[in-house]
Amino acid sequence: MLELWTTYGIWTAMTLMYIGIIVGCVLTAVAYLTYAERKVMSAMQRRQGPMTVGPFGLLQPIADGIKLFSKETIIPSQANKIVFLLAPMLLFALALMAWAVIPFDKGWVLANINVGILYLVAISSMMVYGVIMAGWASNSQYAFLGALRSAAQMVSYEVSMGLIIVCVVLVTGSLNLQDIVEVHRPIWVQIMLLPMLVVFLISILAETNRAPFDLPEGESEITGGYMVEYSAMAFALFFLGEYSAMIMMSAMTTILFLGGWLPPFGIEALAFVPGIIWFALKTAGVLFFFIWSRATLPRFRYDQLMRLGWKIFLPLTLGWVVLVSGMLITFDALP
Amino acid sequence: MNNFLRSFLLFEIVKGFALTLKYMFFVPRVTVNYPYEKGPISPRFRGQHALRRYPNGEERCIGCKLCEAICPALAITIEVEPREDGSRRTTKYDIDMTKCIYCGLCEEACPVDAIVEGPNFEYATETREELFYNKEKLLDNGDRWEAQLASNLAADAPYR
Repeated sequence: MLELWTTYGIWTAMTLMYIGIIVGCVLTAVAYLTYAERKVMSAMQRRQGPMTVGPFGLLQPIADGIKLFSKETIIPSQANKIVFLLAPMLLFALALMAWAVIPFDKGWVLANINVGILYLVAISSMMVYGVIMAGWASNSQYAFLGALRSAAQMVSYEVSMGLIIVCVVLVTGSLNLQDIVEVHRPIWVQIMLLPMLVVFLISILAETNRAPFDLPEGESEITGGYMVEYSAMAFALFFLGEYSAMIMMSAMTTILFLGGWLPPFGIEALAFVPGIIWFALKTAGVLFFFIWSRATLPRFRYDQLMRLGWKIFLPLTLGWVVLVSGMLITFDALP
Repeated sequence: MNNFLRSFLLFEIVKGFALTLKYMFFVPRVTVNYPYEKGPISPRFRGQHALRRYPNGEERCIGCKLCEAICPALAITIEVEPREDGSRRTTKYDIDMTKCIYCGLCEEACPVDAIVEGPNFEYATETREELFYNKEKLLDNGDRWEAQLASNLAADAPYR
């Protein structure tokens, strides 16, 4: 019995503990991301944002959480109850599952699998199902329209996202997220990947249904899209799922393009700062971009969105894959 | 070609981003932190009603019913009887604050500056009944806000 404990039990307990820590950190980050979003947007709109709950309104996300917990979950009588309740759970679970392969620092990763980047792409594709299920099960026109838009949008931007990831994988020669961070990239390769970073940033905006690509939600036209019928905890799960997907996409950008936990620009003097801090700072930077673009840009029209995805990003990224692989072979720089 | 490059390099969008960043750091806020800070109010502000008294404590209102007559919303109800000393005083002076449109005509009509609209605008209540003000409540408002009411009337006097 003791032997069984020492071989499997401790390992399981440790893993469960790590999962608990990661989930706790992600949910706290989500809570304060909503706070940061409100504060940054209000600053850009010459407002003050939340100020009353706690110093500078710092306890606002907690108050919001309590409010959502204490509300009533309304299930529309025409809705398909099982799917209706399953959808937010699925979305939330998937949004948290993706964190299993994210390396926060050297060796700080729950599952160091060889195909981590594929896992991430697969999980983020699966999230479309949560949205579709929610839109269909609500049995409401607005929700259904929102779900249709969301599905089309997430699928079309995943194509260009996949091709960008192919570019990065060509350069690093590995699908393992730790290796992607650690592989040394020459300066010219970095510069070559810069346009891909811009395209990737725009794609993740579309992938997470954020402004200016927030058509699935589109408050002013379809009143909240696929989550229009949801209230209380079910809504909170959507909200948490969406925001943790945002953080996850930012972490992914950090890993693919910004060098993960390594100090910025390869400055060795800054290596004394723990890697987790650099990782968090870089992720926060990308998240600031999310909020910044929401405060800056108006919503795209739907045909413009599709045009951008299929007629501009797809050829561009496809061409770039060819360019990157050609350059790598010409200069004999394949990893 | 030039146009193509501009749209391809997201020229306009980068300009927009620069603008919002400028607003975030270099442009002062325009909102106030309301329950703790408040914006300035004109002396002519028409807020909660009050019935004023003379400095010796005698109530100003003489029950002429001009305010009741002019009130376009019919929010004021007055009943008058002579007091023991023979002076004309109101026995009932009710304002239905849910009817009132805050036009300020009662204040304009009053020959003795008795009914005034003060600077207070924070008197929301949880029940409708609390907004049916009677004479007692109005006189109480007057006593409470007298200093400011008097200074506001004095500030506005030169323009009348």
